[in-house]
Amino acid sequence: MLESYVPILILLGVTLANAVGMVVLSHLVSPFRPTPAKLEPYESGMTPLGDTRERFSVKFYMVAILFIVFDLETIFLLSWGVVMRSLGWQGFIAALIFIVVLTVGMIYEWKKGALEWE
Amino acid sequence: MPVDLSSPADYALVMLPEIVLSAWAMFILLLDVFQKGSRSEPSSSSMPWLTLGGVVLAVIANAWIAGLQETGPAGMIAVDGFRIFVNFVFLLAAGMFVLISTRYIDEENLRLGELYVLILFATVGMMVFAGARDLMVMFIGLELMSLPIYVLTGINRRDRRGAEGALKYFLLGAFSSAFFLFGIALAYGGAGSTNLQEIALAIGVDGIGASTLLVVATALLAVGFGFKVAAVPFHMWTPDAYEGAPAPVTAFMAAGIKAAAFAGFIRVFFTAFPDLYGTWDAIAIWLAIITMASANLIALVQGNVKRMLAYSSIAHAGYLLVALAAASVLGAASFLFYSVTYTLMTMGAFGVMMVVAQRGEERLDLDAYSGLAWRRPLLGVVMTIFLLSLAGFPFTGGFIGKVFILRAAVERGLVLLAVVLVMASLISYFYYLRVAWYMWFREPDERTSDPPALAPGMMVALVFAAVGVVLLGVLPGALLELAERSAAGMLQIPAGLTRFVP
Repeated sequence: MLESYVPILILLGVTLANAVGMVVLSHLVSPFRPTPAKLEPYESGMTPLGDTRERFSVKFYMVAILFIVFDLETIFLLSWGVVMRSLGWQGFIAALIFIVVLTVGMIYEWKKGALEWE
Repeated sequence: MPVDLSSPADYALVMLPEIVLSAWAMFILLLDVFQKGSRSEPSSSSMPWLTLGGVVLAVIANAWIAGLQETGPAGMIAVDGFRIFVNFVFLLAAGMFVLISTRYIDEENLRLGELYVLILFATVGMMVFAGARDLMVMFIGLELMSLPIYVLTGINRRDRRGAEGALKYFLLGAFSSAFFLFGIALAYGGAGSTNLQEIALAIGVDGIGASTLLVVATALLAVGFGFKVAAVPFHMWTPDAYEGAPAPVTAFMAAGIKAAAFAGFIRVFFTAFPDLYGTWDAIAIWLAIITMASANLIALVQGNVKRMLAYSSIAHAGYLLVALAAASVLGAASFLFYSVTYTLMTMGAFGVMMVVAQRGEERLDLDAYSGLAWRRPLLGVVMTIFLLSLAGFPFTGGFIGKVFILRAAVERGLVLLAVVLVMASLISYFYYLRVAWYMWFREPDERTSDPPALAPGMMVALVFAAVGVVLLGVLPGALLELAERSAAGMLQIPAGLTRFVP
C-alpha cells in the first residue's frame, strides 16, 4: 500500500532539490554588485521604513473590494462553466440569479462613482 | 399546497418572503441611485414609505407560506410555524424602525437610501438565520444579518462614538463567527451532517451520544450564539455598539437581531441537540444566571438612558436564556410570545428616548425626563407603559411573558433559575421606575427644553406599541395559543426524513 505513495515522495524530493538548488546556485554563480537601492527588501516598491499611520486614499480600498467581488465571480462562473451541461437548466437559472444580483451591485457602484478614479 | 424540498423549484415557494424582500431591497437600491440628480443629494423622501411597502409585501408572502405543507425529505429551510412566527416578529421590527426613524434621519442628515436597503437585507438575513434547518444556511443568514448591522452602527460618519461602536462590534462579531463556524465543523465531524434533524437522528439512533466532538461543538455554537444575543461573558461589545449606533438602529438591533439570534439558538439546540440536553443545560443555566444578575446590577448605576436601555436589553437576553434552558415546547413558545412583547416595548422605549434626546442625541441623561409626563402627557403615558412592561408589571405583555417563561422553567424543574429570574426582575423595577419617577414627580430644571412635536410616523408607532403591550397583558390568550402551536411545529421531524449516510 505504501508503494503507491512513492511517486509523491519522488515529487517532494525533486521539488525540494529544485528549490534549494536554485537558491544555492544563484548565490554561487551570479555576480553580486550591491547598491543601496538593490539591498532594499522591495527593490522597486514602497519605502519599507517610516510612519505606519500613513493615510491612504480610500479609493485604494474601493478598488480592492471591487477586485475581490469580480475575482470571486470569476472563480464561481468558471467552475460553473466547466460543468454547465451536466447541471442543466437548474444550474443555468441559479447562475443567472447570481449574475443578476451581481449586476445590480455593479450598476449601483457605477452610479455611485466607485469606478471613477477622480 | 404541498411542497417537496428535494426539488429546487419548490425552494422559490418556501422562501418567498425572503425573495420578495431581497428583490425589493435591490429595487429600491437602484431606484435611489437613479433618482438622485447628483451624488451628494439626499435620497428622496419617499424612501421610508417604499421600504414600508416592501415590508408589507413580505408580510403578505409570509402569511401565504403558512398554507404550505412539507412532504419531501427535510430541506435546508424549515417550513414550520416557528419560522413563520419569528418572521412576523422581524418584519414588525423592520416596520417599527421605518416609522420611528423618519424624523431622526432628517435631523441627523442621514437621508441615505442605503440605510433602508441595509435594514431590509438585515431582515432577510434574520429570516434566513432563524428559518435555516442546516447549519451552513444558518451561517449565511448569520453573516447576512450581521454585516449590514455593522455598517448601520457606524452609518453616521460624523459621529466618533458610532465609529468606535461599529469597529468594536465588527471585530467581536467576526470573532464570534469564527467560534460559530468551528462549532459547525465539529458538529459535522461528530454527526456526519450539517442538517439539524440529521444531526439529531445521528445522535439518537446511532447512539453516538455525548461524544467529545459533539459536546465541544455545542459549547462553541453556544459561544457564537452568546455573542449575538449578548449573554453576559460575551456582552462586551453591546453597551458601546448600542450607545454609538444611531438610536433607531440601536432599537432595531436590540429587538430584531436579538430575537433572530435567539430563534436560531433555540432551533439548533432544540432540534439538533435535544438528546444532549444533559450536557448543554449547564451552559444555558449558568449563562442565564450570570446574564440576569450582572446586567441588572450594572443597569442600576447607569445615568445615561440609552446605556441603561442597552443593559436592559442584555438583562432580557438573560430572561430568554431561561426559556432556552427549559428546552421544551413551552420554553420555545414562551420565547415566541416574549419576542413579540419585547420588540414592541423595546422599540417603543427607544422611540421615546429618541424624541427626548432631540437633535444630535444630546439629552440622554435622566434629568431630560424631569416632569416630562406633565408637559407631554402622551409621551409620558406610553413611556410609562413601556417601562412597566420591561420591568414586568402585571397587566402588561412583559408580565405575561415572564410568567410564561417561569412556567416553562418550573415545569422543567429549574426552580433556582425561576427564583433568580424573579429576583432580577425585582432589581430591574428600580432602574425602570426611576425613569418613570423622573417623568412624573420631578420638577424640570432650567436646562430642560421641551422635545419637539411628534412626527406622524413616530406617533403611530408609539401608540401602536403601547396598545399592543397593554393588549398582550390583558388578553394574551390568542397569541399564547398561536405561540404554543408554532413552537410545537418546530419539534416535529418531517415524515419523509431519511438519514443520509456518508
